[in-house]
Amino acid sequence: MSAIEGVVTAQHHAEEHEHHHEAQNFWQKYIFCEDHKVIAKQYLISGIIWAVIGISMSVVFRIQLGLPESNLSWLKPILGGWISESGKLDPNFYLALVTMHGTIMVFFVLTAGLSGTFSNFLIPLQIGARDMASGFMNMLSYWFFFVASVIMFISLFLQTGPAAGGWVIYPPLSALPQAHMGSGMGMTLWLVSMALFIVSQLLGGINYITTVINLRTRGMSFDRLPLTIWSFLITAILGLISFPVLFSSVLLLIFDRHFGTSFYLSDIYINGEALPNVGGSPILFQHLFWFLGHPEVYIVLLPGLGITSEVIATNSRKPIFGYRAMIASMLGIAFLAFIVWAHHMFVTGMNPFLGSVFMFLTLIIAVPSAVKGFNYITTLWKGNIVFTPGMLFSIGLVSLFVSGGLTGIILGNSALDIQLHDTYFVVAHFHLVMGAASAFGLFAGVYHWFPKMFGRMMNTTLGQIHFWFTFIGIYLIFIPMHYVGIAGFPRRYYQFTSYDFTHKYMDMNMFISVAAILSFLAQFIFLWNFFYSIFKGKRAPQNPWRSNTLEWTTPIHPGHGNWEGQIPAVYRWSYDYSKPGAKEDFIPQNIPYSQTLESNFPHENELIAAEKAIESQNFNDQFNASH
Amino acid sequence: MSILIAIVALVFVVLTGIVISRLQNVLKSINKSDSPDAEPSGNKVNGAMFLVILVTGAVAITWSYLHAREFFLPEASSVHGRRTDDLFWFSMGILTIPFILVNFLIFFFAWKYQHKPNHRASFYPDNHRLELIWTIVPAIVMALLVFTGWKAWSDITSDAPRDSEVIEITGKQFNWIVRYSGVSDNKLGNYNFKLIDAQNEVGIDLSDENSFDDFTNPSEMHIPVNRPVLLRIRARDVLHSVFIPHMRVKMDAVPGMPTKFWFVADKSTADMRAELNNPKFDYEIACTEVCGQGHFSMKLRLIVEDEASYKKWCAEQATFLQTYPEYLAKVPENLKAKAMKYVPAEAVTPADSSSTSAGGAGTSTSLR
Repeated sequence: MSAIEGVVTAQHHAEEHEHHHEAQNFWQKYIFCEDHKVIAKQYLISGIIWAVIGISMSVVFRIQLGLPESNLSWLKPILGGWISESGKLDPNFYLALVTMHGTIMVFFVLTAGLSGTFSNFLIPLQIGARDMASGFMNMLSYWFFFVASVIMFISLFLQTGPAAGGWVIYPPLSALPQAHMGSGMGMTLWLVSMALFIVSQLLGGINYITTVINLRTRGMSFDRLPLTIWSFLITAILGLISFPVLFSSVLLLIFDRHFGTSFYLSDIYINGEALPNVGGSPILFQHLFWFLGHPEVYIVLLPGLGITSEVIATNSRKPIFGYRAMIASMLGIAFLAFIVWAHHMFVTGMNPFLGSVFMFLTLIIAVPSAVKGFNYITTLWKGNIVFTPGMLFSIGLVSLFVSGGLTGIILGNSALDIQLHDTYFVVAHFHLVMGAASAFGLFAGVYHWFPKMFGRMMNTTLGQIHFWFTFIGIYLIFIPMHYVGIAGFPRRYYQFTSYDFTHKYMDMNMFISVAAILSFLAQFIFLWNFFYSIFKGKRAPQNPWRSNTLEWTTPIHPGHGNWEGQIPAVYRWSYDYSKPGAKEDFIPQNIPYSQTLESNFPHENELIAAEKAIESQNFNDQFNASH
Repeated sequence: MSILIAIVALVFVVLTGIVISRLQNVLKSINKSDSPDAEPSGNKVNGAMFLVILVTGAVAITWSYLHAREFFLPEASSVHGRRTDDLFWFSMGILTIPFILVNFLIFFFAWKYQHKPNHRASFYPDNHRLELIWTIVPAIVMALLVFTGWKAWSDITSDAPRDSEVIEITGKQFNWIVRYSGVSDNKLGNYNFKLIDAQNEVGIDLSDENSFDDFTNPSEMHIPVNRPVLLRIRARDVLHSVFIPHMRVKMDAVPGMPTKFWFVADKSTADMRAELNNPKFDYEIACTEVCGQGHFSMKLRLIVEDEASYKKWCAEQATFLQTYPEYLAKVPENLKAKAMKYVPAEAVTPADSSSTSAGGAGTSTSLR
């Protein structure tokens, strides 16, 4: 009984829905399911599996970089021929590893695993909808992602290895199979996989936007939406505008590779022959790629910031400070995200005047980001903070976001980028601000909404331990990496022995690698806690964090349609924590002002008159729809 | 090194210790009630951890910076490089203030405002003046940084001075090839990627008379000190990027789209050897755009020397035509006499015999 059927046969269903559920077989219930909660879990589990693969890859190349003398023969059972007889990692496979680490973490973990999971899970629950606007498209979205995953996974096992031109796959390297072994079948599968991934993102994104606009429950006006929903909405819009551009760049690259076009190729002499291609421009690809690539940073980060807003407010027992400023800064960031892409290209030979323009626009982003940072801090101020694991990761996110964001001001400065471009300074910067910060958003979300997902609690103490190991580990890895970058070490180097200027910091690189390995091991605490708690965790109460948002008004195990009976109406914003005069330190969104006379502000008393009108609307209940 | 490892190990051991003691506390408190005023699980310890991390983090970052700076690149050897370095450290200095401030506030507030029984948080949803302050202050700081950065950037990317020494550097998998304009005409000849072959690695177009005295070098680049050098940057196969760390120079090499970068090196290799007290010091050119298997070892030596020795070195180099006299065949008839000057006498006769046909082909393939 899917949402779409629910709409089509609504009249019929509306009467009998309360009384009987059609039995669903295993396939309908868990595999080809159209229920947003199940799809969210599918995204989450896929994301976790990809994260384990992606981070393991980084451990392998960190061993190569930090402990270059080590014997990697123990990896032979997995990597086979990529490990030489003497236990050394193949340089080609090193490039494949950094490429796949980037691709997997950015797209499969932090885009699909984070935004896919929480947009799917929280949008209907927090806006008060039965399900997504189209459950079928939502299901398709996951399965396109799944097929993309399978193809990308298969590419790991090719004889010639997976794609290996860096996650940005700049042509001509990625366009010419003779330039690198990873540019053969591996790159073909990469492109096919990403094309399917983009389809998945677009199906998902259209659904998120439609659902937020059309299916909000009675009284849930835009200025009462939790910031999580705002962030998912803005993320989906970003993705919807920018992913098609990546699709076009991928498509043109496929044409160049297979059909002899010259969009990106010109004046190339390789392997003893001059290629016939003339007139193309490799820089065109970079423009197209970064037109997605930069918004992608915010596609990854904004859901994390939204989750953090919600978790910090709940666990500080305080309203989020500057709700409207938070929305405005997210909109500002989203707008600016589209007009700063060329700051990744300052030293590509682009017209220097363009460089100046993009430097100016880039540094403006610091302003809305600063507003967000300070608003989080003010939310903590005079709070009554409960250190749930979700809260710890949210606080950690703010710290990482600010620390990593600040070095972005250096890199966004085109004059300084000359020296720092493609060095470890960049690696350190974006891992802090986008990689680790977004991953912390993912962790915060999982810890916070686990009880709603699985009806059980994760172990708090293990969560806290996991946080401290991860938080300290991240800083131990990436602070020293800035030093390595300032010393001029270039990215994507198999080893640092070829140059005198990189013939130092052997200890620093070893330190980074050891810290990376320990932080990686700490993630098993999370894995154990997660999977153990699904089955054996303490049973969750209705509203474990004493939170205001609508998802906590559903049954502990919400069925299809989320609420039994009518969907609750919404009368207030979601941040009425510690309101003066109120009995409890939280007032859920579905409590009308008429029931909280003791804590109402004067302008809120005026809103009581409107409650009857809100109560009587019932446009959006898919189980109650009339035609 | 072992000290560092020991420190990491120590941090993790201490953490493990805390964890174990915490676990015991949790086991003890497992039967406590869930009422909202009860102490949330582990709150005190986690609050304290924020203070501990604040202090140890500050110490660790300061110490690690002081330790790491010994190994930073020496003072820039180019005029613009010292300017960007100053700008970098100036910006870092300014940004350190919000870094310390914000992290201090996050960690301190987390500790200070941790949950207290029978206490209620302040209801403080907004304050327009505060929002305005932290919109405007960053905006002003950004304006300052943008302005200084923009000035530096437009000077660095301005047109090269007329008296610049023009040197061409071409990236290929996996080395660089340097081409000089030669001692007689001081002009680089045309090139065309279709003319590339095993000897003519950068596709010198010999139908252009300016190319007759050009010479190439695949292993080192010589440049004069204290004089602007304009690098004309090309790539033959895939993207590369010219990176001269000590000069703070970086520019991508793009097939089909020549790029350029000019700079003034004002410390010769000898100066640097003296300054660093390292007789083996050499400037190096590296590749910073991933280009395939050999990306990590595309090393080219850079020798910065005074004008006289640079001139002398240039004069000693064999021109391309001297090295490969058979390419005389590609020179068009009307320029042959001129080209002869650059060819050793004994090589002239055999090359001349095939001149008519090959010379014609050479001209027709010249697209530029």
